[in-house]
Order: sequence, then C-alpha cells, then structure tokens
Amino acid sequence: MLNFIRTILAWSIAILLSFPIFWVALTAFKTELQSIAIPPLVFFEPTLENFTEIDERSDYKLFAYNSLITSVASTIVGLIIAIPAAYSMAYFRTKWTRGILMWMLSTKMMPAVGALLPIYILFQNVSLLDTKLGLTVVFTLSNLPIMVWILYSHFKEIPYEILEAVKIDGANLWQEFTIVLLPLSIGGISSTGLLCLILSWNEAFWSLNLTAANSGTLASLVASYSSPEGLFWAKLSAVSLIAIAPIILFGWFTQKQLVQGLTLGAVK
Amino acid sequence: MNKEKRLLPRLLLTPAVLSLLLWMIVPLFMTIYFSFIRYNLLQPERSGQFSGWFNYEFFITDPSFPAALGNTLLLLGGVVFLSIAGGVLLALLTERYFVGRSIVRLLLIAPFFVMPTVNALLWKHMMMNPIYGVLAQVFIFFGFTPVDWFTDLPLLSIVIIIAWQWLPFATLILITSLQSLDKEQLEAAEIDGASYLQKVWFIYLKHLARPISVIIMIEIIFLISVFAEIFTTTGGGPGDASLNIAFLIYKQALLNFDIGVASSGALFAIILANIVAVFLIRLIGKNLD
Repeated sequence: MLNFIRTILAWSIAILLSFPIFWVALTAFKTELQSIAIPPLVFFEPTLENFTEIDERSDYKLFAYNSLITSVASTIVGLIIAIPAAYSMAYFRTKWTRGILMWMLSTKMMPAVGALLPIYILFQNVSLLDTKLGLTVVFTLSNLPIMVWILYSHFKEIPYEILEAVKIDGANLWQEFTIVLLPLSIGGISSTGLLCLILSWNEAFWSLNLTAANSGTLASLVASYSSPEGLFWAKLSAVSLIAIAPIILFGWFTQKQLVQGLTLGAVK
Repeated sequence: MNKEKRLLPRLLLTPAVLSLLLWMIVPLFMTIYFSFIRYNLLQPERSGQFSGWFNYEFFITDPSFPAALGNTLLLLGGVVFLSIAGGVLLALLTERYFVGRSIVRLLLIAPFFVMPTVNALLWKHMMMNPIYGVLAQVFIFFGFTPVDWFTDLPLLSIVIIIAWQWLPFATLILITSLQSLDKEQLEAAEIDGASYLQKVWFIYLKHLARPISVIIMIEIIFLISVFAEIFTTTGGGPGDASLNIAFLIYKQALLNFDIGVASSGALFAIILANIVAVFLIRLIGKNLD
C-alpha cells in the first residue's frame, strides 16, 4: 500500500514538474489560434506549419548553426587547452598545484556582469563583437576552469606507473597520450566535453550581450520572441523545442558525469 | 628531477594559466579603472576625468540599489530554500524501487536542461499569462480569480521560474548522492527499531549534508547574478519590484550609458560573489588531496 502511494505520488510530481516542457512540445504542433484556445487544447490535429514558417521568417537555421559552431568549437578548443593542463597538474604535482586549481576555480566566481563592460569594449576595439570567434573565445574561457577540474580528477585516478611503463618503452609524449591516457580516460574526457557543450549551448548572458544578427545563438533568437506585441506562441514553442530538445536528450544520457562536473567532483 | 623534466609540465600548463589570467586580470583592472573615472557615453566631453569615489557613492545612493540588493537576496533565499527542500523530498521519494522509477527520475531532472531564455518565455507566456495561460485556466476551473503574475507578483514569479530550473539540479545531485549511501547502516537502524523519521534525520540527512552545502554554494554562484530570466520577462519592473544587482548594473551600463557607475556596481557584485566563493572553495578544497 505504501509503495502504491509512493508510486502515484512520484509519478504525479514528475508529470507536474515536466508539464511545461510537454506543453511546449505540444504547442509547437498547433496553429496560432489553437495555441491560445480557451480552454487549452490537448487533442488537435498536429501541423508542421510553425516549423516551415520560422524557417522562412527568422532564419533560425543560421542561429542553430551559430549555436552548434560556437558550442562545438569552444568545447574542442577548451579540451585542447585543458587536457595538457590537467595532465601536468595530475602527474607533476608541485607546491603550486593546489593553489593554481583553486585560483582557476575562483575565476569562475567572477559574476559575468562584472566583466561585461571591459569585454564589450575590448571586443569592439578588435572587431570581435557579434562574431562567432568572439563568442567561442568567451565560452571557452568561461568553461575552462570547470574542464580542468573534471579532467584533473579523472586523470588522478589513473596510476602514473602505467604511463611510466610506456615511457620506458620509448614512447614520446604524444604516444603516451594516445596509446595509454586517452583510452583509459575517454569516459572522463567525453563527459567533460558534453558538459561544456551543454553549458555553451544554453549560455544566455554573453550571447544576449555580445551578439546581434550575425552570430546570435538560439538562446538569443528565443529571447527575441519576448516582445509583448504579437504573441506567436506556436512559433515561439517551435523555436524553443528546437533549442531545448537536443540538450535534454544529451543531459539524460550524461546525468552521472554531469553531477561530477557540476559539483566539481565534490559529489560522485 | 632534472631541468628538462620540469620544463615540459610547465609548458603544458602555460596555455590554460595564461589565458585564464588574461580573462581575469584584464577585465578586473579595466573595471577598477572605469570605476574611478567619469565615463558616460552620452557625455563624451566630460569623460576621462578622475572622479574619486563619486561613482561608488552614486551607485550605492541610487534609490534602486537597496531594492536591488534586497531582491537579490530574496531571490537567492527563495530559490535555494525551494530547491533544497523539494530536492530532499523528491530524492527520498524516489529512493526505493517503484514501477517506472527511472522514467520518473528523467522527468524530474529534465527542466534543468532547458535554456534560461526558453524557461523564462515559456513561463511568462504559456504558463503565467493572465488570460490564456495554463495557470489562469486552472485557477478559473477551480473557481479562483486568475493572477496577473508578472504585474502583481513579479519577484515571486521570477523565483518560481528559476526554482523550476534549479529544483531539478538539487534533485539530480541528491539522487546521485543517495546511491552511495551505506545500506548496512540503514539495516542496522531498522533492526534497532528506528522510525522512518529517525532514519531520515540521523542517516539520510547526515549523509546529504555535504551535497546540500555544495548545492547551496553552487546555486548562490549562479543565482547571485541571474540575468537572462529577468531580461526576458520583467526587465526589472514594474518599478524596481524585480530588479536585482546584476540587472541594475546592466541598466546603468547599457541603458543609461554610464560605464563609470556601472563599473563601481560591477566591483560591488564581484566582492559579493567572492565572499561566497571563499566558503565554496573551503568546502570543495578538502576534496583535492
């Protein structure tokens, strides 16, 4: 009996909490009139017209493309910078290591709004405003501390003796990395990459403030639908669905790694 | 260790350290510099003079400042409380096996992955619209008068939409953390005849204390400068009712074009965040060795 109540309760709360997401998914396939029907419609004939229309009107493909490029590029560049750093700190500990790790994390504590003006002015001077390159740089740097931290905690679990063994066999650093470290830490590296992808894809502050028509991401495209005049709920839902669906799927597959990443390894 | 062996690790570390150093130092020093000069884009001829503490005084004596500070703290407190209390309950509720538990867990954590701008807009329009919104329809169905959320209860509305995003975060971490709970301890408590409440207090909450403190710290870091949710819904209004420090700085800089005043506000936000950061760093620093 207790288990029955538990089941019902858990299911109802889960459905209530995720209801807004279902509602967006449902509204995306309604016509504009159906989307504001009173009482709200649950059963209707689905249409794809919103998707074709936002494609024609707002060039969402460009925004989706920008989101994809900036998040993938910042993830790859981030990994290229973070992996050597984490490797160095995990296997060649010095008295500075702990301090460097802490300091890196502390850069993450700086509220973005505190850095907005200087970054805006700097970007204006070097023409990086509203460019994918500029946004990629910002995403990379703001995710870098977290990436170093997660990779560091993964590398530390691989004993140095294994790496040393191939070194004695005459392997150079690149071989040591590709033959031994990469296969052993592929889980850690890919989860770091996934977390970085999710954070960059969802990032709103920098996208809203540093981009306009050329390099806007989906996050900023969605925000442009906030104007009170002309409420196009069905189209808003269609845009939103495209923006959130890939990340929700991503998130579900990488739950465990996300927890480690988000808590910087403090909860496993 | 010989010299060559020490050089390589340093070279590998250099790009990360150097880029983060630039990322931190350059904006920080520019902000400090701007905060002590007159710098208004609308008055270029008067810009550039040293102005002492004027910008700080202006920012702090702005009547919007106490409101923004209060709202920042209320927002933080509200979301942290809702997400921790709800998260603990949900983690306990889904701890034992029941039919479809894994699906329930996926549904519970899903809102965390919704990007902030989508989150804000979907609540603003489709949930909280006073006429067509789902909540209004539910209120009418049960015979209540619908609430005009963002006009009458702007701060509460923002707390709700942000909590909707961060409750799943707390739940995700607490669920994961409960999986590592020592089952023998629970069995021992059962043999000793402990009630469920005693088990919750003495075993579960004790086990969750550390993840809870981590959640609080991380939420504070992210929520102390909430921006997108306010930007896309109320814009800080009506009046200053839902204005927070981050949005006040943004308003000074990009709506009033006063970079000097905005910079002094930014330094204030940085100091506020660092006070919090000290505690977080102590907490997870223990995990390093």
